[in-house]
Amino acid sequence: MDQKTLTEWESKCIQEEPPECMAACPIHIDVRTFLHYVKSGQWDDAYKIIRKTMPVPGILGRICDAPCQARCKRSEVGEAIEIGEIERACMQMELPLPRSLPMPKKDKHIAVIGSSISGLTVAWDLSRKGYRVTILEPGHQAGGSLLGMDPKKLPPQILSEEIKKLEQFGVTITINAHIEKKYFPDSVLDSFDAIYLSMESLPGKILLSESKTGEQIQIMPQYQVTNIEGLFAGGHSDKSRYSPVWQAAEGRWAATSIDRYVHQTSPAAGREKEGPYKTRLYTRIDGIVSLPAVPVSNPDTGYSEMEAIAEASRCLQCECKECVKVCPFLKKYNAYPKKYVREIHNNATVVIGAHKSNKLINSCSLCGLCEQVCPENFAMQDLCIQARQDMVSERYMPPSAHEFALQDMEFSQSSKFSLARHAPGQLESRYCFYPGCQLSASSPVHVHEVYNYLRSSLSGGIGLMLDCCSAPAYWGGYSDLMKNKMSELKSKWVELGKPCLILACSSCYFIFKKYMPEIEIITLWEIIEKNNNHLPLKHFQHEALAIHDPCTTRHEGTVQDSVRNILNSYGIQIEELELGRKKTTCCGFGGLMNNVNPDVAREVIKQRADESVLDYITYCTMCRDSLASTGKRAIHLLDLFFPGKESVDPAKRPCPGWSDRRENRARLKSDLLRKLWRENSETMEAHEKLNIIMAPDVQNKIEERRILVTDIQQVIYHAIESGEKFFQPATSCYKASFRPHQTTFWVEYSQKEDNFIIHNAYAHRMAVVTEGGSQ
Amino acid sequence: MKYYDESEVIAWQCEKCHQPLAMGPVSVEYLGNRFDIRLPKCEKCGLILVPEDLALGKMAEVEQILEDK
Ligand code: SF4
Ligand code: SF4
Ligand code: SF4
Ligand SMILES: [Zn+2]
Repeated sequence: MDQKTLTEWESKCIQEEPPECMAACPIHIDVRTFLHYVKSGQWDDAYKIIRKTMPVPGILGRICDAPCQARCKRSEVGEAIEIGEIERACMQMELPLPRSLPMPKKDKHIAVIGSSISGLTVAWDLSRKGYRVTILEPGHQAGGSLLGMDPKKLPPQILSEEIKKLEQFGVTITINAHIEKKYFPDSVLDSFDAIYLSMESLPGKILLSESKTGEQIQIMPQYQVTNIEGLFAGGHSDKSRYSPVWQAAEGRWAATSIDRYVHQTSPAAGREKEGPYKTRLYTRIDGIVSLPAVPVSNPDTGYSEMEAIAEASRCLQCECKECVKVCPFLKKYNAYPKKYVREIHNNATVVIGAHKSNKLINSCSLCGLCEQVCPENFAMQDLCIQARQDMVSERYMPPSAHEFALQDMEFSQSSKFSLARHAPGQLESRYCFYPGCQLSASSPVHVHEVYNYLRSSLSGGIGLMLDCCSAPAYWGGYSDLMKNKMSELKSKWVELGKPCLILACSSCYFIFKKYMPEIEIITLWEIIEKNNNHLPLKHFQHEALAIHDPCTTRHEGTVQDSVRNILNSYGIQIEELELGRKKTTCCGFGGLMNNVNPDVAREVIKQRADESVLDYITYCTMCRDSLASTGKRAIHLLDLFFPGKESVDPAKRPCPGWSDRRENRARLKSDLLRKLWRENSETMEAHEKLNIIMAPDVQNKIEERRILVTDIQQVIYHAIESGEKFFQPATSCYKASFRPHQTTFWVEYSQKEDNFIIHNAYAHRMAVVTEGGSQ
Repeated sequence: MKYYDESEVIAWQCEKCHQPLAMGPVSVEYLGNRFDIRLPKCEKCGLILVPEDLALGKMAEVEQILEDK
C-alpha cells in the first residue's frame, strides 16, 4: 500500500471526524469529551477540556451563547443538549486552577485597544505565547461591553477577578488610556509591534476616521487583518446579534494573524478549519429514545450540579462505528477501520521487529457486512484480502495460519474425494451437479438424494463433480495456488463437455461467478424453485423459521429470492432477520476466520444465533453447522425435502467434526461409485484401517487442537512399524510421535486387542533435530 | 526455567530399549532458527520425548514469535 492509497483508505473512515457540536463551535471546544466527564461527575477533567481551548474561560464559560446547540445531534431525538448551561454550571464549581506554564518571553510588544471579550481573548492568547501585551482601555474600568452583561450570569466581582488573573499572567492593563487619534495608528505603532482593536467596545471607525490616514478601516473576516499594516481588528462579528463566543473567536483569529505577522510567516496557511465547518461524522439515531432537555430549576443560578450531570447524560456521545457495532471481529481489536488501516500498513512496512497485525489481517471473515452498513462504504474485506495476498507473495504469511484449511482443500481435490463423470450410462451432460466440498463433508445423504432428484427431473444428462472450488486458497490470499487449482477444475469441466454446473454452496457460487466466469452456473435453489411440484415436503415445520442468508449471497438477490419463493410455495412462514439479505452476517467460517481466530468466530455465530428465538433455516451447510455448534436449532433448506433418518430431528443434527468431514467425503465418493457406477474403489491406506476409540472429551480436545483421526492413526502405525515409542509402566500407556509434514503429532494410547484407546494427543510445529535428520 | 513437569517425564521409558529417560542436549528448529535445549531422551537409542506442556506452552509461543518475525 503506497502512501496515497493509505491516505485514501484512512480518509474513507469518518469515525475520527468531530461531532456536530464541536464543528459548530466557533472555537471548537471538545464538547463531547467535556460532556463525557460531566456525566461521570469528573468536573476537574471537564474543566480542563474547556480551559484547553477556551480563552478567559472564567468569563466566556459563563456567558457563551452556545451556537453549537443549533447543530446538536440530540435535537433529532428530543431537544439539543443545553451545552451553554452545562458550561456555566462547570464554571460555578469551585475548581482548582490548573497550572499553565508561560512560554519563554518574547521581546515583541502588542497593544490591545479595548478590553471587551475579543480584546481579552487576544491578550489571553498572545500572553500565553510569550508576548508582552498591554491593554489600553479608554474607560475608567476594564471590561468594556462585558460590564453591561446580566450580573446574574457574569457577576461584576467575577469579571474583575478574571481580569486580575490576566494581569497576574503578565498582561499590563492601562485604564483611562489616551489614544492620540490624530496620528493613529502610527502613534501607537511607534511603541508596539502590532495593534488589536477590540471593536465591540470601541468605535473603531471613529478612531480611524479622525486619524492621519482618514481611511475607512476594512477588516478581512476570519483573519481579522485590516487594510492598515500592523493593525488588526475584530469583535463586532455579526451585527445582528451579540455573540460573545463569535467575538472571542475573532479575537483568537486576530491573535493568530498577529503572531504570524510578527514572525512574518504565511498568514493563511492551514487555517481552513477556523470557525464552524461541516463535519462528515455519521451517527445513527435509529432506536434512540427521544428525551427533552433537563429544565433549569433556578434561572438565576443556572443548573445545579445534579441537573448539569443529568443533562450531560443525554448527550449521545456522537460517533459512527456502524461497522464495529455489527462485527465482533472489528470490536475484538478495540478500534475501528481508520486505525486498522494504519496498523495493516505498518504491518507491511515493518523493517525490524514483528509483523504485529498478522492475526488481525487473517481474522476478518471477508463477509463484506461492514461495507453495507458503513455510511462511506468502507470495505474492510478488500483491505484484508489484499494484505493477505501481499503477505503470501512477500513470504511472511505465518505458515500455520491457514495450513489446516489448505490441507483440507487438498484432500477435497485429491483422488480421495474428487470425481468428474457423466451420469451412469450417459455419454454427455447438459448439467452437472456440483455439491461442493462442505455439503459432502457434512451431509453426504443430501448429495445422494439431490443427485437422484436431479437425474429424475432434468433431461440432457446430469453429470457429477465432487471437488473444492478453491475458496480456502482465495480466503487465505494464496492467489497462485488458487489459479492452479481453478485451471485443473476447468479442464475437468471442459472434458465433461462444458455442462452448466448446479451449485449447492454459496461460497462455490461466489468463486465460480467471480473467478471462473466462463463456466455457466445455476444454484440448486433456482432449479428446485422451477420444479417445486416434483419435490414432496418431508419435514413439516409448523412454526415460522428465521432465514439466515449466507454472507456469500449478499449481492445475489435472485438467489435469495428463489429460496424465499420455495419456502412460500410450500407455505412455510419465514421471519426476516434485521441483518438479512444485503446486510446478512457471516457464520464465522468465511475468510477462514474460524481457522485463524476461533474465539471471534464463535462470537460471530453466537451473536447471529441470538438474533431470533425461532429455529433458523439457511442454504449453506457451513452456516447450518456453525449455527448448530452454538446449540441453536437450525435446518438446511434441503432438510425440508431430505430430512434423513426419521428418528433424527434435522434441526438438532450436531456440527460434524473435522475428521468426520473427511471421512464423509471419502465415503460419499466410494458409495457413489459403488451404487451408481458399480465400481469398487477401496483406497484405504494401511494406517486408516487401525481401529481408534476415543472418549467424547478426548474427541473434543483433538477437534479443538485440529488433530485428525488419520493423524493419530499415522502416529500409531509408525510406532508399530518402527517400534519407536515410550511406555509408562504405571498406566500401561504408550506415547509415540510422527511428523508427516510440518507438524509433529504426539499420541498417548493403550492397546486392547485390535483396538487403540486414545487418551491424549497434541502437536507442535517445531522440529526436533537429531544427528541424522529431524524427528 | 522449567516449562514442564519433569516428574511426569520420569514415568516414561523407552519401549524399544527398556531404558529410563534422562535429560540430554537436543536441537530444535523452526523456520530456519535453531535452538539448543535439553529434553528427555532414551539413554541408549536417543529417542526424544517432547512433553505436552512444552509443546503447547513455550514451543507454541516461540513458533508464533518466529512466524510473525
Ligand atoms: S449529542 Fe452530544 S456529542 Fe452529539 S452533537 Fe450533541 S452534544 Fe455533541
Ligand atoms: S468480518 Fe465482515 S464485517 Fe467484519 S471486517 Fe471483515 S468483512 Fe467487515
Ligand atoms: S462504519 Fe466503520 S468504517 Fe465506516 S465510517 Fe463508520 S467507523 Fe469508519
Ligand atoms: Zn531407546
